[in-house]
Amino acid sequence: MAIAARDFRELRLDGMSRNFGSINALKGVNLSVRRGEFIALLGPSGCGKSTALNCLAGLLTLSSGSIWLDKNRIDQLKPEERGFGMVFQNYALFPHMSVRKNISFGLAMQGRSKAEIVRKVDEALSIVRLGDQAEKLPGQLSGGQQQRVAIARAIVIEPPLVLMDEPLSNLDAKLRLEMRAEIRRIHELIGSATIYVTHDQEEALSLADRIVVMRAGEVRQVGTPEDLYIRPAQVDVAEFMGYRNQIRSHAVKAGNLMSVRIGGVDLQGTPIDGVTDGDVVAAIRPNDLKVTSSGPLTVKVESAQYHGNGFYCWGRVADGTELYFQCETKVQKGDTVRLAADPGRMLVYARAP
Amino acid sequence: MTARALNQPRERLPLRTRLALYEIDGVTLLVLPAILFVAALFVYPFIYGFILSFQPKAGDWLANYRKFFSTPFLYETIAATLWLAVPATLINVLISIPIAMRVRRMRRRRILTTILVIPITLGTVLIAEGLLNYLGPQGWFNRALMLFGFDGPVRLVHNYTGVMLSLILSGFPFAFLLTLSYITGIDPSLEQAASTLGAKPRARFRHILMPLLAQGLAINLGLSFVQTFSVFPSAVLLGAPAGATRVISIAAYQAAYEQYDYSMASAIAMIMGFSQLLVVGLILSARRFVYRGAVGAGKG
Repeated sequence: MAIAARDFRELRLDGMSRNFGSINALKGVNLSVRRGEFIALLGPSGCGKSTALNCLAGLLTLSSGSIWLDKNRIDQLKPEERGFGMVFQNYALFPHMSVRKNISFGLAMQGRSKAEIVRKVDEALSIVRLGDQAEKLPGQLSGGQQQRVAIARAIVIEPPLVLMDEPLSNLDAKLRLEMRAEIRRIHELIGSATIYVTHDQEEALSLADRIVVMRAGEVRQVGTPEDLYIRPAQVDVAEFMGYRNQIRSHAVKAGNLMSVRIGGVDLQGTPIDGVTDGDVVAAIRPNDLKVTSSGPLTVKVESAQYHGNGFYCWGRVADGTELYFQCETKVQKGDTVRLAADPGRMLVYARAP
Repeated sequence: MTARALNQPRERLPLRTRLALYEIDGVTLLVLPAILFVAALFVYPFIYGFILSFQPKAGDWLANYRKFFSTPFLYETIAATLWLAVPATLINVLISIPIAMRVRRMRRRRILTTILVIPITLGTVLIAEGLLNYLGPQGWFNRALMLFGFDGPVRLVHNYTGVMLSLILSGFPFAFLLTLSYITGIDPSLEQAASTLGAKPRARFRHILMPLLAQGLAINLGLSFVQTFSVFPSAVLLGAPAGATRVISIAAYQAAYEQYDYSMASAIAMIMGFSQLLVVGLILSARRFVYRGAVGAGKG
């Protein structure tokens, strides 16, 4: 393989912080990334994930903390001295240069020979499957093609680290799925570490080896997609990972499980670290609430939206608790259904009284 | 029957709808005053002057032009004007680039812009009076110099330097504001992308900023040149109107109001106009060699 990521063992963020005036956009982020890893920084807008990426790229100076690439401290280096590849949200292709010129820019800046540049650029063009568009200007390409050029331009310099800032957010739904697979393929091909910023949990789950969930400038949880999907460690992480039902209630221990009172009935749930008898938040995804005639919860449907495989529903239990759930058969406003919850899928978190 | 039905003319749309298809509606009428204004104050005088310039007081129809190009006292005014206008334009536009590059990142841009607009609003005459007082032989500047032991006053007014200073003072803000608007139109992420690709500031300027700025600079050069080429008040007030700064507009003024030869004055005005047109045409045709598309960063 002609294009391969520069070798390194570990990228380490040590208390990486950044303030904008009195606002702490990033509060002491610690993270260690190995070569070949695909890391997704996931969080709602304004959580500091893009700030973190810009700090890594060198486009923002740290307020405190440090960044290490193996034994070298790199947080004082300018972006042009770091040699990381970056894919911008708006692609940031040079509008006055052909696709070929755009991709060769980084190599030309490194002073590589003409022959080597041509060879590497051809290689990069074939990796992103744009061999026949090399002489066009970016403005003549579709959004998906521009995206590929941006990726080619970032990887052709063989960076140890590729940084991507919501690269798919400007594409339509179908193209987004295609490019997602493409990005993962290219990542594995060149073997770099990729740090990928997104607010789309589905994107993060399908792409990443590890997900870093951020909120208000802090890392809330780091884990594999499975960890985060099945066992979010915090209530706010659970909320972001699709646990849309968050029921405030109280619970008591019942063996390995906890018994939570919801809508006048006791349901079994899985306790998450640190929860004790008393005030709790029970979290469960809409698709983990099963509609079944033997279910303990009786819910009156308030609204139902058709979505192909069934209905997204919203309803109320007798005591007024609101629940989101999914139903495969046709229901409409005013119907009454019975719901059951798998104890393993209902997570019980501690709550301040 | 069928054929006839097919041949029937299509139903005519109402006039209002047909006009609307070409985006013409009641609001379009609002451009009428502007058209009348341009016709009355530009098109008519231009054509009138053009014809008048071929009706000399004496001699055949080309006599005025022949006289201009055979009299050094007249044709040298073109060189004198260019000698002022070209350096002043270049200085104004070139200096505006580094300053605009710095200013676009400033947060309190508005204050600076306001300060810079003041010279434009004051007008050339006030600036000229100010410079005469400040830089004249008895002005503060020379007094301060002599106070610190320099010999005699430095001659800064009533010569080439005075006019040049005034052209820079009044022309720079205009060039700067235009450059600033072009430079802020360039997406900052382009330079960030270049820096992550290893481009140092000098390379970013050369390969990214400059090519994207080039066409804006050409337009800026053209407009600034036209402004400085028609210099009149400062050339009279601050310069040496009989010598080094005898610009072409002074020649036209003298023909019209000292010799009362309107035909000759018209001919000089025409020559002046076509010289400007020639230079502006050269500048704008040079744009062919630079990128002229959008300066954004693609979709986004």
